[in-house]
Amino acid sequence: MTRRAALALALGCLLLGPAPADEIHASQRLSGYDMMGAEAQAMQRDDFANPAMLAVKEGEGLWNAVPGQGRPSCQSCHGNAAASMKGVAARYPAREASTGRVLDLPGQIQTCQSERQGIAPAARESAALLALEAFLAMQSRGAPLASPRARGLDDAVSRGEALYRQRFGQLDLSCAQCHSQNWGRSLGGTRIPQAHPTGYPLFRMEWQAIGSLQRRFRNCMTGIRAEPFPPGAAEWIDLEIYLKERAAGMAMDAPAVRP
Amino acid sequence: MTGRTGHAGNGRPRGLAIAAFLAVLAMPARAQPVPEAAPLPVSRPADPENGRRIVMDRRKGLCLLCHSGPFPEMRFQGDLAPSLAGAGSRWTPAQLRARLIDSRLFNGETIMPPYFRAEGQTRMARAFAGRTILTAEEIEDVTAFLATLRE
Repeated sequence: MTRRAALALALGCLLLGPAPADEIHASQRLSGYDMMGAEAQAMQRDDFANPAMLAVKEGEGLWNAVPGQGRPSCQSCHGNAAASMKGVAARYPAREASTGRVLDLPGQIQTCQSERQGIAPAARESAALLALEAFLAMQSRGAPLASPRARGLDDAVSRGEALYRQRFGQLDLSCAQCHSQNWGRSLGGTRIPQAHPTGYPLFRMEWQAIGSLQRRFRNCMTGIRAEPFPPGAAEWIDLEIYLKERAAGMAMDAPAVRP
Repeated sequence: MTGRTGHAGNGRPRGLAIAAFLAVLAMPARAQPVPEAAPLPVSRPADPENGRRIVMDRRKGLCLLCHSGPFPEMRFQGDLAPSLAGAGSRWTPAQLRARLIDSRLFNGETIMPPYFRAEGQTRMARAFAGRTILTAEEIEDVTAFLATLRE
């Protein structure tokens, strides 16, 4: 085959193919856990060594705490979290049936706080909100991430994918260029992961703290010298929904440890 | 695309794929001319030593995040892009300069940042708005340094 014919064939296949050429096949998907070193893996596996477990413990306390006289605790509505919250975090972000709003897990907790408990919602990235997120995520440990498309979030998946493929910032890079097209390679000595959000909220050694998926998004945006979206922005939630569609079926390992 | 242009070219937008497809059909099978750029207007002569410092600086030049090179003293070099070893033998200074200014002229899918383009990016961080990654002087310095990497 001549070089020209080979190129034409390759480009023809590209035009006909329904999936983006950089889509990671299900059998090739690796979580951040799979791609990190044995030491960090051991730290995550041991609940007594995993620093994120402190947040889970704190979150359990907040779940049971009565926020004020006459105001319900989480527990008084939802009961025993081990039963009622099992697998719930794996299905967020989700559309709220009554309003049609799409909420991520922290947004749902904030909504419960303001609308059910009648208290000021905890701020994103605050210790209290991260603790409740970690406690809820813990109840989904091992659960497969549910497909957002299967719950009718197709539009958000599409918007999220567009963001994933959009170049941003002074360095003019998209998420896909690193995390779909160059995963596994060394970026200044750091192995690029596939960006599957299985473990959030998680303890990142670089942060020396537990943090949310949106904090991770902000880090990437700042790294490419782009202006991050504000905390809780619809764009972040769309991006999370796309990533969860891409990772659907992978087991949650929250609260995780990452380098 | 020749092997020398390097970066992974997956996920090509459909419009571009069609354009490339038509271009290949219309074109005799030979290499495209390599883009070149004339020296930028600068206030001082090029300084290859400063170019070297910029290339080594992970916050300034960022080069070694993606590239490796003949710099055994530097730890944690990247492997997302071709080695810089021999860059000065493979490319003329005019070609090296053009790559630095805006590598997308070579490859629309490149991951190499545009070092001398301040416009056209989306959601530029406020602190960098209207600024290029390197100044004209720094582009000339890095070009002069890369031209010394011969094999």
